Amino acid sequence: MTANELVWRIAGGSGDGIDSTSQNFTKALMRAGLHVFTHRHYPSRIRGGHTYVEVRARDEPTKSRGDGYNFLLSLGDSFARNPKEEAYYGKEEVKPLTENLDDLREGGIIVYDSGLLDDEDLPDDFDERAEANDWHVYPLDLRAIAKEHGREVMRNTAGVGATAALLDLDLSYFDELMQEGMPEEVYEANYEVLTDAYEQVAAMDHDHDIVVPENDHESDQVLLSGSNAIAYGALDEGCRFIAGYPMTPWTEVFTLMSQHLPDFGGVAEQVEDEIAAATLAIGASHAGVKAMSGSSGGGFALMSEPLGLAEMTETPIVLVEAARAGLSTGMPTKPEQGDLEHVLYTSQGDSNRVVFAPGNVQEAYTQTRKAFQIAYGYHIPAIVLYDQKLSGELRNVDAAFFDEEPTPDLGATLTEEELEEAAHHASGKFQRFRHDPENGVSPRSIPGQRGGRFLASGNEHTPEGHISEDPENRVAQMDRRLRKMEHIREELDSETSHQTLHGPEDATYGVMTYGSQQGTVEEAVDRLRDAGHDVKALGVSDMMPFPEAELTEFLESVDRCLVVEMNTSEQFRGLVQKELGRFGPKMASLLKYNGNPFEPAEIVEGFEATITDGSFERTTARFQPAAGD
Amino acid sequence: MSAFNAIGQEREVDQNEFTPEIEPQATWCPGCGDFGVLKALKGAAAELGLDPEEILLVTGIGCSGKLSSYFESYGFHSIHGRSLPLARAAKLANPELTVIAAGGDGDGYGIGGNHFMHSARENHDMTYIVFNNEIFGLTKGQTSPTSPKGHKSKTQPQGSAKDPLRPLSMSLSAGASYVARTAAVNPNQAKEILVEAIQHDGFSHVDFLTQCPTWNKDARQYVPYIDIQQNEEYDFDITDRREAADAMYETESALWDGKVLTGRYFKQEDRRSYHEEKIATGAMPEDPIAEQYFDDDHEWKRSYDLLDAHR
Ligand SMILES: Cc1ncc(C[n+]2csc(CCOP(=O)(O)OP(=O)(O)O)c2C)c(N)n1
Ligand code: SF4
Repeated sequence: MTANELVWRIAGGSGDGIDSTSQNFTKALMRAGLHVFTHRHYPSRIRGGHTYVEVRARDEPTKSRGDGYNFLLSLGDSFARNPKEEAYYGKEEVKPLTENLDDLREGGIIVYDSGLLDDEDLPDDFDERAEANDWHVYPLDLRAIAKEHGREVMRNTAGVGATAALLDLDLSYFDELMQEGMPEEVYEANYEVLTDAYEQVAAMDHDHDIVVPENDHESDQVLLSGSNAIAYGALDEGCRFIAGYPMTPWTEVFTLMSQHLPDFGGVAEQVEDEIAAATLAIGASHAGVKAMSGSSGGGFALMSEPLGLAEMTETPIVLVEAARAGLSTGMPTKPEQGDLEHVLYTSQGDSNRVVFAPGNVQEAYTQTRKAFQIAYGYHIPAIVLYDQKLSGELRNVDAAFFDEEPTPDLGATLTEEELEEAAHHASGKFQRFRHDPENGVSPRSIPGQRGGRFLASGNEHTPEGHISEDPENRVAQMDRRLRKMEHIREELDSETSHQTLHGPEDATYGVMTYGSQQGTVEEAVDRLRDAGHDVKALGVSDMMPFPEAELTEFLESVDRCLVVEMNTSEQFRGLVQKELGRFGPKMASLLKYNGNPFEPAEIVEGFEATITDGSFERTTARFQPAAGD
Repeated sequence: MSAFNAIGQEREVDQNEFTPEIEPQATWCPGCGDFGVLKALKGAAAELGLDPEEILLVTGIGCSGKLSSYFESYGFHSIHGRSLPLARAAKLANPELTVIAAGGDGDGYGIGGNHFMHSARENHDMTYIVFNNEIFGLTKGQTSPTSPKGHKSKTQPQGSAKDPLRPLSMSLSAGASYVARTAAVNPNQAKEILVEAIQHDGFSHVDFLTQCPTWNKDARQYVPYIDIQQNEEYDFDITDRREAADAMYETESALWDGKVLTGRYFKQEDRRSYHEEKIATGAMPEDPIAEQYFDDDHEWKRSYDLLDAHR
């Protein structure tokens, strides 16, 4: 474990401004030169309840949440304290304090709002636990400070001021951010709240030994979430149409795109349901625009039929699947990786689609771009599968990483001049679905183009698009559509790999994961190596077409491999075994599905328990969460 | 210069240009009302001087959905009930296209009912033709949303306990700006109405009564129809919502009683179509989005410019 790190948790009720305060706090630390990473935990509830955001700050690149945390700023749930409606909300204002104690490390700091919590609200064993764990507790009437200079909602700012005093942070970063984001008067009141809280706490006795590490960024940094990265990737790839229906957490991409598209010369549509949304994307793409849609589990289920239509009519579209914990509506605000098989195989017939599962913010950007390139280059739907974790987590990225020219090319689409030369049926109809192209891609025309008339049909069809049940044509069309998959795999293999190897190539043991757990697995592997284990990690992103060669090489090279994923049915491991047809006995699974992503230490423990301590016979370890996880 | 040359060239058009050269010509049963729709559509397209390549005809699934196979233009034979969302997006991507959506009563009023309501509400500039044969044709004669009460079929052997839908009233109340009903047995009126519907700048709903001699032998579409425009008894102002609503109500009830009234019911010309509305609010560019990709000089904005907010 890195000793010198700050993991700051701000907790309160939903609606108490936890999100915005934590974002500013994270940005301030980034501006101060640190590497930051956030982990968001919130209930499916608009006001009240218990929510927190954890901000991890270190002096080295940070790609995962940590294990537990060392600083709690508990604002209390202000919505619970509503005497009139107590019967409805219950007396829950202390939850942001009590619900978080299990994960607070020894020697940690607690600042709580004594203006919201009376002494008798605290649990009976609070002092005892504080003493046993050497917690440093600072009750502070944040509410009064906020009220004195402004309004009660500024309790957050008071909390940040207190934090800064305890950690000896330079207030100028917070000051600047407030100035940038607030109207003058609001800023002034907040500034007073900030400095007043700072001074009050600075005057108190401190004896904790938590310090914020020091670092300097050599280049310009930006703070982005996975959803930001997907939206920006789409915009840079020339996506100018989105249709959707809100569903958490897909809504984050949908909202971002809807905000930016008009400025970018595109159009966004919120429509009646997800069937319509995916079908609109097909319509826009058919008419010559780069288009996307998306949803989360249940909404994606509705897209299953249009997805098949896009495959059959070879209409390029990009769909985003932002998974959350299922079954059914499941746990709307909690992450899980249980939608992999749904995304790979849903819809009738033999699926031919491309599925990428980016492992971090940067990959979310590059693989969204790749998804558009493949979709339009090969006339196939491409899906970006990620989850609630990657969707909302923020991390700092080098701004230069995004400094790439847009590539708006419409892919395998003919101009009118090219159409003149293209193959036509005797009737003048353009042969949109020719049997012969080597890579399976028969270039398309766009409605309105002279000489490009064709029929796109979800029924099996001839080269001109006429509905046909002719057996020879059927086989030729099926084979051609499938041929694309081989060529896509070849194209992907000829480029920088989407699979991320971490650790030495010749390590004896492996840990493998897909999608959003990549960073956490990498950190776990670093710790395992520090503890003397000869191990490496592979984060896999290409789900379909499957990276057969790379995975074969990895699995051949290790004696045993732990497969880490957030679901119960070992969906990723199942995919590996299905695709490679062997290596089953080499793999053990570590699963977690309680609504929280893995912490690195849990993977370390899982590795030791299943891979190296001799109990390898047990191929599946289900993670038993500690209370409060 | 437009990237789509086929659009908007004025010339004389022969309706045979809309006949594809494929064999067999059609899979519809002899005597099927769908032939009437096809004929009326070809006639209307020719009369309007449209080029087969500037039309996008989007159909659903059903016997009616095969219209796109027998009408020569750009076509999209999509999935059951989903022609409208597909057509809507194509229109937004390239408003210069003439977009026509078509399907059956099961397709449009049943499985696609939600899209029907919202497309009418949004007033997309397109024509929606519903082949209303009061039956599911392609799946062999089940009761449809417009089948009369008491209609017996293999899935409703005791007879349907439901009143049929009122499609005209539905689209009017949802917001369509042009609503008409015509019939395959009334070819001249059908063509005229389609001409008007395609020309109309907004969502035009044409409920097209067709016969299904195979499954719906006693359908009332065979009885003589009354063209309300040519009958003084039915005098009303088609630009007035209330009067139109009353006329539709009467028309729909009359059909249930075995009397067929057809004609134009509502036409609203002072309302912007959906894409015009979006352009006016700044939510959509004025030039077709699809053209950007064919314009070498188009300046593509970059996400990099958005990063300031993230620093
Ligand atoms: C999702 C889905 N459900 C059911 C079907 C089967 N199906 C095909 S056509 C049809 C009904 C067609 O009836 P209608 O829309 O009235 O058209 P018609 O055949 O009478 O022209 C049905 C239920 C389908 N293709 N897709
Ligand atoms: S089944 Fe009915 S609707 Fe279908 S083609 Fe035959 S007559 Fe026409």
